[in-house]
Amino acid sequence: MIDAIMHIVISCLLLLGTFFIFSSAVGINRFPGVFTRLHAATKAPTLGIISILIGAFLYLFGTQHIVSGKLLLAILFIFLSSPVAGHMLSRAAHKSGIKPYLRHRKDEYEEYINKKEDR
Amino acid sequence: MNEVLQVAEKILTITTSICMIGIAISLILLIYRVMVGPTNPDRATALDVIGVCLMAIAALMAIILVTTKLNDVILLIAILSFIGTLALAKYIETGVIIDRNDD
Repeated sequence: MIDAIMHIVISCLLLLGTFFIFSSAVGINRFPGVFTRLHAATKAPTLGIISILIGAFLYLFGTQHIVSGKLLLAILFIFLSSPVAGHMLSRAAHKSGIKPYLRHRKDEYEEYINKKEDR
Repeated sequence: MNEVLQVAEKILTITTSICMIGIAISLILLIYRVMVGPTNPDRATALDVIGVCLMAIAALMAIILVTTKLNDVILLIAILSFIGTLALAKYIETGVIIDRNDD
């Protein structure tokens, strides 16, 4: 019985992860501009891949009684590295001259750079 | 009792197939964005998510084949995708990846 429940839980985790990765791909295709695309590209796939990897970890733990430390390490690494990559990409996009779409607000990062150069 | 387990295993098999198809469709969408992306940061962003899709495919393949040998592959794809994204971001930002100025 516990094996059957484990299989159902793993199926739910895999479907959840696939949903998040697919919605991220749709968001990357549909959003306008680089910064909104980064919004879709850094948060949703992180949650999706973490739930898929937790599903794989539970499957190996349930069927073969293996605690895979590499999968846990991969989850931790993705959790740490994905925001850093998104930050680097957004900074690179801003410095390469792409202006973000801001409705009523000012570009605060631009002001910060100008203030730092004045000093 | 055994029938319940068999039904659950069948559900898991169907679910892995559905997930493979969904991730394949997202790979096609991302490759479209890599090809026609208006600017270079768009392409770098889509390549970052393509790395995530490859990791998901490796994890699903580990479930289908019931093997532990693909865990190294998942970890390696994670590290290489992160380093590749950082290198692309630095290249877009400054034009060089390794700057030799010591100031």
